[in-house]
Amino acid sequence: MVKQTQVQLLEVRFEHSGEGAYLLALAGNWTRSAMRANDQWQAFFERIPSSIGAAGRLEFDCRALDRWDMRLVSALAQMLRLSNEIGCEVDLRGLPEGIRGLFDLAAAVPEAEGRGSGDRRDDWLENLGHHVIAIVQGFWNYNAFLGELILELLATMRGKTSIRARDFWLAIQNAGPMAVPITSLLAFLTGLIIAYIGVLQLHKLAADIFVADLVGLVMTRELSAVMTGVIMAGRTGAAYAAQIGSMRVNDEIDALKSFGISPVRFLVVPKVLALVLMMPLLVALANVVSIFAGMLVAVGISDVTIPQYHFQIVNAVGMNDVLVGLFKSLVFGFIIALAGCYRGLRCGRDAAAVGQATTSAVVTAITWIVIVDAIFAVLLNILGI
Amino acid sequence: MRSTTEESDNRVIMVRDLEMRYGSYLVMSKLNFDVLRGEIKVIMGGSGCGKSTLLRHLIGMEFPTRGSIVMLSQKVSPDDAALTRLRHRFGVLYQGGALWSSMTLAENVALPMETFTRMGRKEIAEVVAFKLALVGLSGFGDRYPAELSGGMRKRAGLARAIALDPEILFVDEPSAGLDPLSARRLDELILALRDSMKTTVVIVTHELDSIFTIADTALFLDAESKTAIADANPNELRNGTADAPERVRTFLRRGAAPQFLAQAEEIDYD
Ligand SMILES: Nc1ncnc2c1ncn2[C@@H]1O[C@H](COP(=O)(O)OP(=O)(O)O)[C@@H](O)[C@H]1O
Ligand SMILES: [Mg+2]
Repeated sequence: MVKQTQVQLLEVRFEHSGEGAYLLALAGNWTRSAMRANDQWQAFFERIPSSIGAAGRLEFDCRALDRWDMRLVSALAQMLRLSNEIGCEVDLRGLPEGIRGLFDLAAAVPEAEGRGSGDRRDDWLENLGHHVIAIVQGFWNYNAFLGELILELLATMRGKTSIRARDFWLAIQNAGPMAVPITSLLAFLTGLIIAYIGVLQLHKLAADIFVADLVGLVMTRELSAVMTGVIMAGRTGAAYAAQIGSMRVNDEIDALKSFGISPVRFLVVPKVLALVLMMPLLVALANVVSIFAGMLVAVGISDVTIPQYHFQIVNAVGMNDVLVGLFKSLVFGFIIALAGCYRGLRCGRDAAAVGQATTSAVVTAITWIVIVDAIFAVLLNILGI
Repeated sequence: MRSTTEESDNRVIMVRDLEMRYGSYLVMSKLNFDVLRGEIKVIMGGSGCGKSTLLRHLIGMEFPTRGSIVMLSQKVSPDDAALTRLRHRFGVLYQGGALWSSMTLAENVALPMETFTRMGRKEIAEVVAFKLALVGLSGFGDRYPAELSGGMRKRAGLARAIALDPEILFVDEPSAGLDPLSARRLDELILALRDSMKTTVVIVTHELDSIFTIADTALFLDAESKTAIADANPNELRNGTADAPERVRTFLRRGAAPQFLAQAEEIDYD
């Protein structure tokens, strides 16, 4: 049984050379480009182990092999793997020393126990178990974090520990003044849109003036807080997660801990305090800006006058409506800072993990803002506020 | 049994039957070694074998699944208060320096002192200036970490690690990412610190170059048997005075990369 193929530069011969032994003779130039140009060798190589069978032995003859490179080595490695699976013996002695050296090198480090690709667990029950453990673990971690944060916050507010003034001011600046432009812009546009749609509808009832009630109530009770929350989650919450996450990647969190400095006190408390303090201010600003935008629309496209609009707003929007919105924003601020810092602190140790931490900080924050807002709606309804 | 007082006075770290795992993955087990006061102990081993993990156990960032670590006569355990007290007695130099990136060098070195000592502002500034001078960075106090080279960051990290005048200094891969000259410089710095302040030093590294100049003793971690296979002075290990498996000796004597690597370079890639 002799198979022989000769194509351009690649020469290969495969023959039965005696008592269960087979010889694979390679000659010519087995380089990447040559092998790409003539890919019949691929099918040829693939069939070799099975045609030898479990009882056979494969030997090599490379005396006429002229040039070779890594492409040949990986092709041979693949053939070796197949032979191993089938169970036939392979005698590497006939291969060039360089190739054998590379094989030794590849075999020197065994696939690590418990973490190789062959170890993917497929048992669904076990997977389920791991998931449940992870969820319970996550819940505990989160509670531990929340507990520590609350203790540190109380300690700070009672003046027992002090946070670094500069960190706090930086955080205030970031969460407050620097967020003013984007918050005002979006509040202005939201006010415009609500007023515009409102006027169009209310005009049909000749009740144009009630656009003031609409804009005033919707913004102060609901939208200012939720909208600012979403903006701050994307802007500041994400920044918290990214900042703390990259500090973790860089061992900076470990460095804090190894000095016995609590990362929660040092990094999280100033950020939480800053955001919780700034959110109501931003929401108050959003209220004013959006009501002003509503006025522009009302005066512009209907025959409502400025004094009428003003009078109507003062009548319609009560103090408790404003307070409800401001209180919510306080809670939202806490949620955003919490999600950002928590995700940052639990971030993995590479760049991709920072991205994930940032994403999940924003998603977590927005999800909880919506959920908590719904809870507020129900509670306020029950309480009749 | 020998009386322990004399001995234990001299042993700043005692590791007994230590086993380390990540989940179900066993990193190392059956580790037993001591670190003596004023000694420079180098922990050697191939990359990925568990050196950093051992370091993280020693400094109380991870806790053993079995066995114990006693440091400065105190067990390293998750007890927060005790661990925090212990932490003020050792310093850690992380692989990349791990300087707090939002603070200047001076603030980095000053923070531990501000947080844990009663020193006044001016006093701290003086100490910071001196520590920065020690590591050859005087005048750089106002720079942020991002404005420094890798070697400078490590030296600044060293200045921060010795901010509280620790009794033990832990160093992870001092030469990683440094050019040979900066790496030498860092080694000399660590040596000088030990000589002048009698600091005990534990260094984790996978590089052979500095071990003979810097190590009093070297602990070899072996990925295959997942435990330590030698613990002695590197010169004695090399010339056979100290007992060790043959591969440790060849490793210390080598310089010989496998021959086929030289050949592989000639292989042509089109
Ligand atoms: N956080 C972790 N979770 C799971 N496995 C880890 C973790 N950190 C390290 N490992 C694994 O533990 C082993 C030892 O890692 P490490 O101590 O960093 O090695 P070294 O510092 O000697 O290069 C490696 O196989 C690594 O993949
Ligand atoms: Mg390491």
